Order: sequence, then C-alpha cells, then structure tokens
Amino acid sequence: MTLVKNVTCPICGTLCDDLEVEVEENSIVDVRNACAIGEAKFLNFTDPKHRNLKPLVRKGGELTEVSLDEAVERSAQILAHAQYPILYGWSCTSCQAIRVGIELAEEVGGVIDNTSTVCHGPSILSIQSVGIPTCTLGQVRHRADLVVYWASDPYSAHPRHIERYTSFSDGRFQESEWEHYVTRLRGVLGKKRLSRASARISMREVSIPPIADPKLPPEFETEKRKLIVVDVRKTRSAEIADFFIQVEPNRDFELLQALRLLVKDEELEVDKVAGVPVDLLEEFADILISCNFGIFFFGVGLTMSSGKHRNIDAAIALTKDLNYRTKFAIMPMRGHFNVAGANIVSTWQTGYPFAVDFSHGYPRYNPGETSAVDILQRDESDASLIIASDPVSNFPRNAAQNLVKNPMITIDPVVSPTTMMADVVIPSAFVGIEVEGTAYRMDCVPLPMKKIVEPPKICLPDEEILRRILLQVRQIRQTGGKA
Amino acid sequence: MLIMSKVKVILLTGRTIDQGVSKEHGKLSKEYQEKVAICEVDSSDLKNLTVIKGLNIKVITRFGSVVVKAIKSSRGSHPGIAYMPYGLWANIVVDPHTHGIGMPSFKGIPAELEAAPSENVTPIPVLLEETFRKKPQ
Repeated sequence: MTLVKNVTCPICGTLCDDLEVEVEENSIVDVRNACAIGEAKFLNFTDPKHRNLKPLVRKGGELTEVSLDEAVERSAQILAHAQYPILYGWSCTSCQAIRVGIELAEEVGGVIDNTSTVCHGPSILSIQSVGIPTCTLGQVRHRADLVVYWASDPYSAHPRHIERYTSFSDGRFQESEWEHYVTRLRGVLGKKRLSRASARISMREVSIPPIADPKLPPEFETEKRKLIVVDVRKTRSAEIADFFIQVEPNRDFELLQALRLLVKDEELEVDKVAGVPVDLLEEFADILISCNFGIFFFGVGLTMSSGKHRNIDAAIALTKDLNYRTKFAIMPMRGHFNVAGANIVSTWQTGYPFAVDFSHGYPRYNPGETSAVDILQRDESDASLIIASDPVSNFPRNAAQNLVKNPMITIDPVVSPTTMMADVVIPSAFVGIEVEGTAYRMDCVPLPMKKIVEPPKICLPDEEILRRILLQVRQIRQTGGKA
Repeated sequence: MLIMSKVKVILLTGRTIDQGVSKEHGKLSKEYQEKVAICEVDSSDLKNLTVIKGLNIKVITRFGSVVVKAIKSSRGSHPGIAYMPYGLWANIVVDPHTHGIGMPSFKGIPAELEAAPSENVTPIPVLLEETFRKKPQ
C-alpha cells in the first residue's frame, strides 16, 4: 500500500491540496482530509456504470463502439468541415489541455468558451470595467477578522472553504472560531429539542426560527473573527455564521448601494432596503468599517439573478469605498476546480478570458454575441466539441436543443447527458487522479494536480486527445478536405 | 376529491451538497435522481398546495414545466421561495435570456407550483429522448 500525500482535490475552486490518498495495486482504497464530494469522487471514479471506457461514434442513429483512431478521425472531420463550431467546457481539465484547445479553436475558426460563461462570466465583465481589490486565500486565512459570504453557500459548493481559509482556520494573526461555533451549535440544538418536546406535549406545531437574525448577537462586541452571510434564503452556511442577513430575491443591487451610502456616512430615508431594516444595515455598515481586514466572498447568487454584472459592479464599488476607511478585499467563489485556469490560459493565449471567437481569423470577444449560450440560442453554430463539461444538463433547454441537433464531439471520463447525446464520445483520463497538470485556485494561485493511479489504456490525457485531433484537422485542411 | 391549487413562488436554482456527492455516483444513478429531481418548498407553501413532503409537484414557469419531488425546506421560514438543485430537470424551467452578456437567469424566476401526485419524475434517458428527439447512449 502507498500513501500519496499533498494531493490536490479536483472538485471545486478551493483546490484543497492537503489530501492523503491510499493506493493499493493501482486502485484508490481510501482518502483522507477530503470533503464529502471529494471523497465520493476519489472512491467512485472507476465505477464502470458511469465511466466512459469505449470510443463511440453515432452510426445510423446509434452510438457504436469504434477504435480510438476512428473516433479521433471523425472528430477531426466534423471540426475541419464546420463553418462555426463551438469548443466548450475546459473548467475540469488542465491548463496544458486548455492551451491545445485554444490552438484547435484558432485552427478551425471556431468559438472557444468555458463554463465561466454561465458562472462568473458577469464577474469577469465587471472586473474588466472597474477592477478588483483582491488578495490570496493565504492572506484571508492569516489576517481577515471579518468574512462575509454574499450570495454564496460554501457549505454546499466549497465544503472546506470555511475550514481552510476563513473562520475555522487557524491563521498566524487570527484564531479559528470552530470551538465557539460548536458551543453555539450545542445551544441551538438544545433549544430545538426543547421546542420539539414542548410541541409534542402541547400538541402544537414546531415553531420555525425567524428567517433572519433580528439583531446583532452580543459576541459582535468582542474582538473575535466574525462570519456574516448575506443570502436570499437561510442556507447551511448561514446557520454556521455569526449573523445572517436575508435579502429579497433579485434585490442585492439595492442592498449593496444602500451599504455604500451608509459607509459614506449618508442617511437612508426609508425603513427597509431589499427587505432588510435600515437599523440593521447601519449596524452592518459599522461592522464593515470597524474591521481590520475584511473580505467579501461572492457567489453566483449575484451573477445569476437580476442585475447580473451590475451587482458585481456594486459589490466591487462597496469594497473600494470600504478601503477609504479600512482594509477590505473581494473575491469570486469560483466553481469548478480549474475554471480560473480556463480564464487565465485563455487570456494569456488570446487576450480574452472566455467567449473568444476566431471566425474572423483573429480573436474577438463580445459576450452576449460570442458567448456559447447566445450563439446556440441564435442557432448559429453547426458543430461542437465539448470537453469535461455537461452543457446538455446545464444550459437552458433551447440552447441545449440547438447544441444536440448538430454534430457534437465529447471528450469526457464520465457518462453524462452530454456524452449520451453526442455523435462522438472519446473517453479520457481524470485530471488530478490519472493524469497530472496545472490548475488555478479561485485566488488565481496555480497548483500542481497529481497523477495517483494509471488510467485504463484507452483513456488518454485530454491534452493528447486534443493534439491528435488538431494534427488530423491540419492534415485535412492541407489536403483540401481529404484526410 | 383532491383540489389542485397553485402556489406562486420565486424559483432559485443552485448547488446542494447532496447534488455534488450524488453526481460522483453517476448522473444515471438512482441516488442522483433522488437528490437532484427535487424542489425544496417552504412548509406553508406545501400546505397551500395540499401536498405532503415527498410527493410530486409540477414546477411551471413561462419557459417550461417539470415534475419533481417536493421536499420540505428545513432551514428558516421562507414562504414564496422554492429551490431546485442544478441539473437537467431544473434547466427545463430556467429563464434562458442572457440580457446581452451570455448569462441566463438561473435564479429569481417567477414560477408556479402545482400538486402532481399522479405524475412521475421522468428519468434522465427518457427526458433526453423526449427533449432532443435523438436516441441517447
């Protein structure tokens, strides 16, 4: 048995790099330090029920097993003859593979877009227009005495974020609040038990706790590290927080702008903003100003609801305003493990972070026009290559329908609705488990992904599959369409 | 006689820890369907729907409708807000408009809920064939 230490987890943008994996005869038998999602991945990735292990090509309407060479050749034929193909996905593969993907997109004159287009794309648009005062997660861990998760539920999407980088981490200058949390949790559970018992005795319904905390708890007077959650509903992360503020859906922009006024010592002539009492907002503004080093982590609750990139403009502007009074930073909670890498490699190679259109022979960037969902909704593309992503599940239905109706190539280690509807399926190796590579954490710090076990022989690295397709595309184009 | 009342809600879609874990067991697994083809509804809204938790409801928006299992929301009280995990079922009813920036509206969508006790949740292979009229793998 071998113990592989310091393994980087290929799940979310937190990129925890302290996992320990036990390997016996080329199979993973145990994993330590991973969250529930990471553990499920490491212990189930070989399950043949959901692993792509055969190259497939659709013939006569049915996906039929073929050789890897035939699947690569068919992919090259589709891309070389397409007028306007989309090359989409990229957030769950390595930077090395993304680099080859961009070369392929340029060669075929297509559009290369990554999953940030339906995730933090609006955040990127906002950052491009107003900039971003940010920092690394290491700085947050060691120095932040106020952490605010806004429209983000790290418990569900980034399960170890709080433990590794914010309130439950032991930093050089900030202590973990884990023990305080456990004490508080015991109190809350005790109250719940009492409420249930008294409800049983009096035959009435269990009372539900109020939606948002009505006033600040007494511990806010202390010097301890504080955690605040602002969201449209009470999430598990909100339960962990010292304080939860509930904003009405689609009204984050108003709340952020109201806070900007309060931070500038202006007065609000209303009782409530976005469902939050102004008295409470005033106290919130005081907390923001009085911290030594605060950080906003914002989730897709801001980018996917009304206002979209304007919400991020307001959040960044608030951070900027706060920096006149104290030290404050802001960071998007990036989803897939290498979505930040997809933006970085794309910017380094083309000048633009996503939605890059090569159809004119040079890179063009105009989200709304050159972004995958818009191209599909206008039904302009005539083929696609999808890598390490599942847009058939994750795009709105009309976009997915136009994706599926044209020839679609998928490169993916797992069976998904996208691979099930594809015309070519090429099985690949898992980055970070079966093949090494580089990925960027949400704070844009690059980390190495390890190879822990050998992949099945048929499953090549994404980078190699893409190189083979690129080579064949070039041959087809050089010979005028004859491979 | 069962009265099929409707309840108006704001629909949010997003991640859940169960969705993240069950995805790693395979998107065709029974576990994935159980954890993703659901809608978390406030207990007061469930009462108005005359639905008990665990029964099926139909989520209707102006972009489509889908049958999923109703789950009683366990945190806080938030009448008028319903939550579905990301996935094939949720994306039938989300707002596809990108407002010129590439991003559809996956959150904050006006929706109606309706009791659908006699309708079943459609499994992924059937849903794919119905939606795309192409034979899945």
